[in-house]
Amino acid sequence: MTRTATLQALGSVAVALALIALWQLAANAGLISPVFFPGPDRSFGTLWEQLHEADFWLACGETLRRMALGFLSAAIAGVVLGSVLGLSERLRSYVEPTLEFVRPLPASAVIPLFVLLIGLNERMIVAVIAFASLWPVLLGTVHGFKTVEPRLGEVARMLHLSPLAFVLKMALPNAMPDIFAGLRLALTVSLILAVVTEMLSGMEGLGHNIIMAARSFRSADLYAGIIVLGAIGFATNLALERIERHVLRWRGTEPG
Amino acid sequence: MRALKGLVLPVVLVALWELAARSGFIVAESLSYPGAIARAALGALADGTLIQATKETFGAALAGMALGAALGIACGVAFGLWRLLAALMRLSTEALRPIPSVALIPLALLIYGFGYRMEIAVVAFACFWPLLIITESAVRGIEPRLIEVSRALGLSLAARIFKIVLPAALPRVFVGLRLAAAVALVVAVTVEITANPIGLGYALIVAQESMKPNRMLVFLLWIGLLGWLVNVVLLRAQQRWFGRMGSWAERR
Repeated sequence: MTRTATLQALGSVAVALALIALWQLAANAGLISPVFFPGPDRSFGTLWEQLHEADFWLACGETLRRMALGFLSAAIAGVVLGSVLGLSERLRSYVEPTLEFVRPLPASAVIPLFVLLIGLNERMIVAVIAFASLWPVLLGTVHGFKTVEPRLGEVARMLHLSPLAFVLKMALPNAMPDIFAGLRLALTVSLILAVVTEMLSGMEGLGHNIIMAARSFRSADLYAGIIVLGAIGFATNLALERIERHVLRWRGTEPG
Repeated sequence: MRALKGLVLPVVLVALWELAARSGFIVAESLSYPGAIARAALGALADGTLIQATKETFGAALAGMALGAALGIACGVAFGLWRLLAALMRLSTEALRPIPSVALIPLALLIYGFGYRMEIAVVAFACFWPLLIITESAVRGIEPRLIEVSRALGLSLAARIFKIVLPAALPRVFVGLRLAAAVALVVAVTVEITANPIGLGYALIVAQESMKPNRMLVFLLWIGLLGWLVNVVLLRAQQRWFGRMGSWAERR
């Protein structure tokens, strides 16, 4: 890191601290009602207390487990279905318009449908998360397959590669950056849907915790919950970025 | 031809569904058949809920998007023009950005209670980020000579922003607006489903809870259709107004 970069990083830490101090001052001065505006002392204090409670970790675990199950099933299904669609142009011409219709559909709108079909239970939550996270991965994979250099296809034909070998050796590695772009989106979606379904279904979890905190005017608990959800969003994103960098390291720093 | 092929799959699915329901293959307990849904659609249209709910959802989504986008573009221009400012705010924005917008639903509910304001606040938060990021990078990508020219001409800051920076960044900002519109609709419906008793999302939940699956599917399909339409219209507008610039901006 150069000197200016270090200075700027330190500066950005200072700005963030200053903003927190401002938040504290505003809360102390009672500028806004403490009912929904606890200072950072109370928010982080509550968070610290929660870190020592089993209930919190249970809720955290539940949310993360649902998110992981939904995300992973969506990732696998999305890449497999996307590969199939990516291989066949004819199939794509029939299916793609339907996909274009389903893609902008607000995933939370299917929750009532899934409740009717599956019931208000654990499976419903995971199914909703998986459904919502599927589209970005699927469309990313299809897009990645479409951009495979046509000459690679010719090479595969000359080498008499089976379709499976072509997918594994050429198409998938080529589509990886697009697949990861889809996965990043799907990861965000899966956290959002986990929170939404928990708020709606009343099942144990962080989403349920924050809506209960708001209903009973426990604002510090609410802020603590929001901070934790932000942290989960940040950490899962960072983890995926690391994985992406590791998986794509063979591409070097080639632009694009 | 392409459009026809695209219709094959939905038509076949609907026909199979209708057949399966008529022949008693699936018991129409939770899911009925397309004919009944069409009747429910007419019902929802006739009693005015469909139109009313659509207006409510669109109103909240538009207002929230306008607010969030305006703030996002303003911050994006500032961050793009003054790199030091962007560097200093980096940690604060990176700390706030990963907060899922739906996590703010309870907070907005606590502050504003039910109604438009809480929905607008959550939608605005969700729309702020895409525009901040896209505008910032668009402003950074402006040909440096343009900025030099504006300096040489002795333009004021406001003139520089409105005459040079924003027009140059517009194609990409529009892409951001298109993304934000989709986000706004999704978030508005989500807020209505989880907390706010107005709009299409609430109508959906009411239909489900009062055990009217046909009506619920009507609202679900309508929401899907609206989302798709918004996307198509904005994509057309982008191609029309920005032409090749638009598709260039898309890839960036």
